[in-house]
Amino acid sequence: MHIRVQQNAFDYGEECARFAAGRTDTGAVVTFCGIVRAPENAVLYRMEIEHYPGMTERALAQIAQSAIQRWDLHDCLIIHRYGPLTAGAQIMMVATASRHRADAFAAADFLMDYLKSRAPFWKKEITDQGTNWVAAKDTDEAALKRW
Amino acid sequence: MNLEILYFAWLRERIGHPKESVETDAETVGALIRELRAREDRYALAFSDLDAVRVAVDQELCDLDTPLEGAREVAFFPPMTGG
Repeated sequence: MHIRVQQNAFDYGEECARFAAGRTDTGAVVTFCGIVRAPENAVLYRMEIEHYPGMTERALAQIAQSAIQRWDLHDCLIIHRYGPLTAGAQIMMVATASRHRADAFAAADFLMDYLKSRAPFWKKEITDQGTNWVAAKDTDEAALKRW
Repeated sequence: MNLEILYFAWLRERIGHPKESVETDAETVGALIRELRAREDRYALAFSDLDAVRVAVDQELCDLDTPLEGAREVAFFPPMTGG
């Protein structure tokens, strides 16, 4: 299990390659990358991601641990950035590895659902229309009930 | 007891600082919020809609009934938006 909370950019391709390498019993790797999206009808100057140092690492480790207990995973990785980002920048990624694809897909989906609503990050959009804290969606909270 | 109180996102902006040290006898998170609300208008405003506020005690998510005995750090923030 690998958890990284960082301000710096990461190289998605390199991370995927490194994560997938080195095991002979892994038959499936699923990866997901979240990207800063410009809001509709506004020019995004930047998105500022705030987090709760200490609790963030702890919450991510708990979420990853839940996934490992629930599915037959060989490994999992979460990288999440904070600080100012521009549209198109990579915010975060998850990767899961398992013997068969069903576990890797389900675990990646689970990690994303929990990251959305249970990891202490907050996003502020600074646009040509003003600044705005991105509100949590009811659908994000509802998504947790799937699990 | 002495508590370190942290604020994030728009709660931090409304209250005007990211953290403070508070001397309190509040027994629960809810009682602590009532004390903070009574301090100044900016606190009352920040805590006016508790449906929009989440709480962590010693970095674990909790609710308004959570006891504060033995706690060192309480954080208030809006619903999280990771990912």
